[in-house]
This record gives sequence, C-alpha cells and structure tokens, in this order.
Amino acid sequence: MSKRDLRFTKSHEWLKMKGNDALIGLTDYAQGELGDIVFVELPAAGTHVAAGDVLTTVESVKSVSEIYAPVAGDVVDANAALEDSPDLVNSDPYGEGWIVKLKVDDASAVDGLMTADEYEEHTKG
Amino acid sequence: MSSDLDKARKTAFFDRHVAAGGKLVDFVGWAMPMQYSGIVDEHRRVRSTVGMFDVSHMGEFHLSGEGALGDLERITTNRVAALDEGSVQYSAMCYENGGFVDDLLVYRLSDSYMLVVNAANKEKDLEWVRTHIGSRTELRDASEGTALIALQGPLAEKVLAKVAGKSVVSLKYYQSVTSQVAGREALVSRTGYTGEDGFEVYVEADEAGPVWDALMEAGAEFEIEPVGLGCRDTLRLEMGYALYGNDIDEKHTPVESGLMWITKLKKGDFVGRDAILELKQGGPEERLVGFELKERGVPRHGHRILSEGREVGVVTSGTFSPSLEKGIGMGYVAAGTDGPLGIEIRNRTIPAATVSLPFYRNGTVRSR
Repeated sequence: MSKRDLRFTKSHEWLKMKGNDALIGLTDYAQGELGDIVFVELPAAGTHVAAGDVLTTVESVKSVSEIYAPVAGDVVDANAALEDSPDLVNSDPYGEGWIVKLKVDDASAVDGLMTADEYEEHTKG
Repeated sequence: MSSDLDKARKTAFFDRHVAAGGKLVDFVGWAMPMQYSGIVDEHRRVRSTVGMFDVSHMGEFHLSGEGALGDLERITTNRVAALDEGSVQYSAMCYENGGFVDDLLVYRLSDSYMLVVNAANKEKDLEWVRTHIGSRTELRDASEGTALIALQGPLAEKVLAKVAGKSVVSLKYYQSVTSQVAGREALVSRTGYTGEDGFEVYVEADEAGPVWDALMEAGAEFEIEPVGLGCRDTLRLEMGYALYGNDIDEKHTPVESGLMWITKLKKGDFVGRDAILELKQGGPEERLVGFELKERGVPRHGHRILSEGREVGVVTSGTFSPSLEKGIGMGYVAAGTDGPLGIEIRNRTIPAATVSLPFYRNGTVRSR
C-alpha cells in the first residue's frame, strides 16, 4: 500500500478511505516506538466515536498505548486476525496490521488530517 | 536524543549501545539500553542461546577489616559466616521495622566482602551501610570505576570459555573467581537474574570496552546479541525474582515477600530481626503471590487484584510472558485469599489464577 493514499494524525494513527469506510491503524513510526505488540483490544462493531475518542488500546511488552479515532464514525469492523497475531501491527502496520474499520460520518473531515509528508515532518520534530 | 538523556551518566559501553542501535532511556540517572532489536527477540535470545547485558549501573561496595564479618551479619539478613572464599549469596538489608532497605548480592572475596546493590538505591544503601558499621570496618564505594557485564543464556559458558581461564568454566552456581577475561583482570561469578545459566563479569570501567568487544566476537558463532533492560525485566519476572521498588520495598518485609529463605533468624541478632520474628509468629496480613491471566491482557504495576468482586491486593509487577505467551504478574494479596482472582485492567476484570513460582520452569540455571 502506498503511503500517498493515507492520512495521518499527530497521535500516530493512519487512515485510508474506501468509499465511506476508513481503515485505521498505527503508524510504522509508532509501532517502532512501542516495540513488540502483544495485545490489541478490539472494539465492538456498532460503537459510535467522535474524533479524538479512544477507539481501542494496544499493549506492547513495555507499555500501553491508546488509539484515537482520527474522525467521527461508527465502528463497523475490527481486525480479528490481531487476536492471535497482534504482532501484525509491528510487521505490516499499513497492511495486515490494520486495526479498525470505521464508517465515517463526514468524509470531508479526512481532509483535515496530515499527508504522508506532513506526518514525516511531524515525527522528525 | 532528549536533553534528559544528555544529562544521564554513561557506562563504559555507552558508545557501543549507540552503535548497535540500542534504544537508550534514562534509568535512575543512567543512560541505559531498553532494547536493541526488540524485547521479545532479546528475551528469546537469552532463553535459547546467549545475550549480553550492560548492568554497570549497579552499585558495588567493598567492606574489609576485622569488623567486616560481624558488621555484615548485623546489617544483612542471610548468614554471612556461611560463605567460603569465592561464594556469593543473595541477601537483603532491612530497617528496624523489617521493611527492605534493598536486596543485594554478598561476595566473599579473598580479603574483603563485596556488596552489589540496586542502582536506584545506591546512595541510600551507601549511607545505610556507612552508619551501621564500626570503626574496625573499612567501606569503599567502587561503583564508579566498576563495569558489569551479565552474560546470560544456555551457551554463556561456551562464549566465556573462549576468552577466560579454565577456572571460570568449572564455577558452580553462586561461586566467583578472579580470572583474566580477554586479557583483563576480572571478577567472574556464575550468577544472574534471568533463570538461565550465565555469568556476571566485573571489570575496571577503564578497561571494559575491549572485554565487551571480545565477548561479542567470541559469541558470534552462538548468535550472541546485546540485550537490554526490557528483556531483563521479562526474564526475571518469568522466574518470579523480586524487583526492588516493585515487589519489595520499605513497606514490606521478607515475611510477606517470600524471602524468609534468605532471612536467618537463628544466626543471631541483625537489624530488623525482632520485627520480622514478630510478624512471622503473628502471621502477615498479606503475601506476595504469582498469578497468570486466563484471558488475553497484560497486567501492570498498580492494577487492582480482586477476589469475589472485592479488592484484595495490588499488582507489583506484570508483563506479557514471551515464553508462556500470556499475561503474568506478582502482587500482594490479603492473607487467606483463596480461589480465582480477577485483575482490573482499565475498566475490565480479567480472570486470573495464582500459580506457584517460577512461572517459567525450563530455564538452564538449575542444571548447574
């Protein structure tokens, strides 16, 4: 997956739109900082979240990290493969390691998120 | 690198950690590697072949003189007189009320005793020892000039044998010997904090760099890797080894923490003995237990422990066990607590069960 298709948040989530649905995951930079991820809590489908709400929690060996909703929407799916293989978030953060699928309330909200270049600048800061 | 880390003290191996891609963190004022390739990889490296830790932040005190043995019997809980030359002993120092000052190793060397203490407690311990020894005992703080390498794993002996004298290979568990290691004078003991066979190598900080390099080179054929404090914690917790500041502290005594095996009430008086004896006879209000989670989750320091819906204790150490692939932890629970436990992780209660320690039973440490 090309990072050009992705949008990013300051709190290190990525988002990729597919119609009105958005796949959301943790960035490569963030997974590297967290280290070995050993547990991903999967949110129940149907939950509505506002932008900035806690979507779910990811645990690495050494710490706990919250995943925030980049935009508002309904949780429609979560990546069940992470139950047995949470390390997919480490090994393939932009692909098999996706975490949540969100039905986005307002697709234009995505335009407010960072581009790949902007995010790269952000992580250098 | 953050400014905090710039201010932190550097061990003799600092440049090597940076060059090896180590993730450095400020650990009680020292710039120490948390991990290199990753905690789980490094954990498995130590369990399967061999890994090398820099633990130079630990404190080393030397006690010598006519009064040293008597004073050490007074300030530590284990029986110092039982040590032959070269022997090493796990021990503790306690306050008058029985609470832990620190846990430590005591080495009987040819003309002195060496105490190895936690980095976080070094200044406190030094002051404690200084104020509890007599005029016939000399105390020297050697922490500054001493580098410490922990070579740990089932193949540690094969690595060390290539660069050290034969006396090292024949060392028994908790024995030490002075030996050349890569041409430098070193004190080597068959000790560690991982549950695997292994050695701890004390060497002058000025000469330590080449020793690190020689061990890395000697270990290359055994896939040796530098390993960080992250896996040091997961390895020790799988063994149920206590960590000061988490599982033992000034509020707990050897009675609650399961460390009566290093507390010799019959050896004569020592600081804390009366309080410990009284607690032992009366029965403690809580005790340190090991538990494992029955569902997915990672217990952490500070999580509440529940029994039948009531809070009965607090997690002191918790992690995901790379060997057992489940959440494990230790914590103090109220005496008389029986049956299944629950660990409150955020807003959920994860079922847990107490298990006897160690969690991990396939370590090579006992085979010596």
